[in-house]
Amino acid sequence: MNDFARVPGYVSTTEAYGETTVVVEREQIRDACTYARDDLGFNLLSDIVATDYLGWAGKGVSGYIGTATGRDLNLPMTQGFQALPDVRPARFSLSYHLLALRQGAPRLRLQCWLEDGDPVESVVSVWPAADWLEREQYDLMGIHFEGHPNLVRLLMEDDWEGHPLRKDYPIGGEPVRFSPAE
Amino acid sequence: MTATLPHVGRTRRWPIVGEPIYEGSRIPTRVPTIVDVPAALRETDDVMQVNFGPNHPSTHGVLRLIVDLDGEQVVGLSAVIGYLHTGFEKNMEQKTWWKAITYPERIDYVGYQNNELVFVLAIEKLLEMEVPEKATWMRMLLCELNRIHSHLVFLGTSALELGAISMFWYCFRERETILDLFELVAGQRMHTRYFQAGGVAEDVPAGFFPEARKFVEVMPKALDDYLTLLDRNKIWLERTQGVGLLSADDAIALGQSGPVLRASGVDWDLRRDQTYLAYDQVDFRVPVYNGGDVYDRYRVRMDEMAESTKIVRQCIDRLERMEGQPWISDDRKVVLPPREELHTSMESLIHHFKIVTEGYRVPAGEIYVAVESPRGESGCYVVSDGGPRPWRVHFRAPSFAALQATATCAQGSLIADLIAIVGSLDAVMGDTDR
Repeated sequence: MNDFARVPGYVSTTEAYGETTVVVEREQIRDACTYARDDLGFNLLSDIVATDYLGWAGKGVSGYIGTATGRDLNLPMTQGFQALPDVRPARFSLSYHLLALRQGAPRLRLQCWLEDGDPVESVVSVWPAADWLEREQYDLMGIHFEGHPNLVRLLMEDDWEGHPLRKDYPIGGEPVRFSPAE
Repeated sequence: MTATLPHVGRTRRWPIVGEPIYEGSRIPTRVPTIVDVPAALRETDDVMQVNFGPNHPSTHGVLRLIVDLDGEQVVGLSAVIGYLHTGFEKNMEQKTWWKAITYPERIDYVGYQNNELVFVLAIEKLLEMEVPEKATWMRMLLCELNRIHSHLVFLGTSALELGAISMFWYCFRERETILDLFELVAGQRMHTRYFQAGGVAEDVPAGFFPEARKFVEVMPKALDDYLTLLDRNKIWLERTQGVGLLSADDAIALGQSGPVLRASGVDWDLRRDQTYLAYDQVDFRVPVYNGGDVYDRYRVRMDEMAESTKIVRQCIDRLERMEGQPWISDDRKVVLPPREELHTSMESLIHHFKIVTEGYRVPAGEIYVAVESPRGESGCYVVSDGGPRPWRVHFRAPSFAALQATATCAQGSLIADLIAIVGSLDAVMGDTDR
């Protein structure tokens, strides 16, 4: 199985918790997916998920801090005692969870890294299942998929501003209009 | 109507590695998640656009279908989702791991225990935690009861939509018994939040097993009742057979899973093929049908209810011999200490306080866990930065995948068949929209 080095745009392979993650170049994700489907036999696309690593490893991850106004789980504590997670290569990771419908149910995570605004080639032509999955990641995370036939918002309203699952998206309420004049 | 598709009915146990999945001409393909009105019809006055949903009793929630009709014939279709988007994934990022367990079961509010399980399994894998045997079997028992519950809701509601109103009452009679069992064991009828990282929240209460046994005795008879009511019913057969065809290749290309995939002739069940909990130690069969139509999806679920009843019986047999065994791990950094210890042990009090306020920490890493929920592959992708709250949680929703196939299934069907098709895909909108 270890012919991942021949995956187009191959960068690295990691094994963790019994899962294989193959990182590939962003520009070649579609070729990598086609290779995984046709040559490695990963015929079912389970999921596409983007993660925003903005602020990752920026502060200690320990939680309890008492302050005069109460408790703030976001404030750093004694940094010296805390393990910081490994630094990530870019702001967003985009993971494609693939499954092979055969004995042993092998799974593969194809992953690429990108900065805000970097386009990714759509894999709708490889798996039609990617249609809504890519639209969801565009909608909630703001990843632009090039060549998607219908890249519009899927879950949020059509005129929504921003991408809610980003780490810099403000939480804690949205403006509510009570009258047309406001 | 599309009477036969060339590849429906072809059984293929394991697609062979290296063999192309589709004919070469199908790549790149038109997106089959939308059916476009044929160009010849587009310019005529024959086509009428109808908005089906989002508020319609047959959409199982808030699904909206924009349907182009030529008479009764569906010539164009696109599904619109998102009306029940509640931002569960964003919410879970703000909660400690301990509190976040409450959310997954609200996502798929019919297959709640399976969704809860997948998130708890993800936490346990990251923590590399050992779970007591009793908890594993208890989880399996509840997940299978939940599968029966979910299929009963499917059967009751989709038969109701096709006019068989009595089915609804019969199915909800058995469903009520299952909810009573959940109430007995967890104190809640739905959204039990009974699974914890490390095991289950409480021991099995006295009197649970006799009640569960009663249910196991009743369920096969009830299934016979359902079959008697439906399976020779000419209206039911004509409304379901040959309707909503989905071939095995299309099902795989569209990322289908669970009963929809198995009704299209793909022999695939994560409980058997990628075993978790203790499914390798119980005896059950995976039903597979080759028709790929609404009827076969119904048959797969009927057979699955019988198989789940068998698993429940085996779980009860096993659990009754585990009297007095621990039901949750004793890892005090993650699991709440027993109540009585709080009055005598300072350490326990501190642990209790820390877990409830700050929450336990989960080592940094990313993981994707999948289980076979009643609707198919329910997956959970979790990223942890080593802190007390998840960095990112994402759910792979089987209903989301199923609804993508609506357009493919509905190609060339009649408007009345659309109700049967949407029902047979058994989508839960909470799961779809998250």
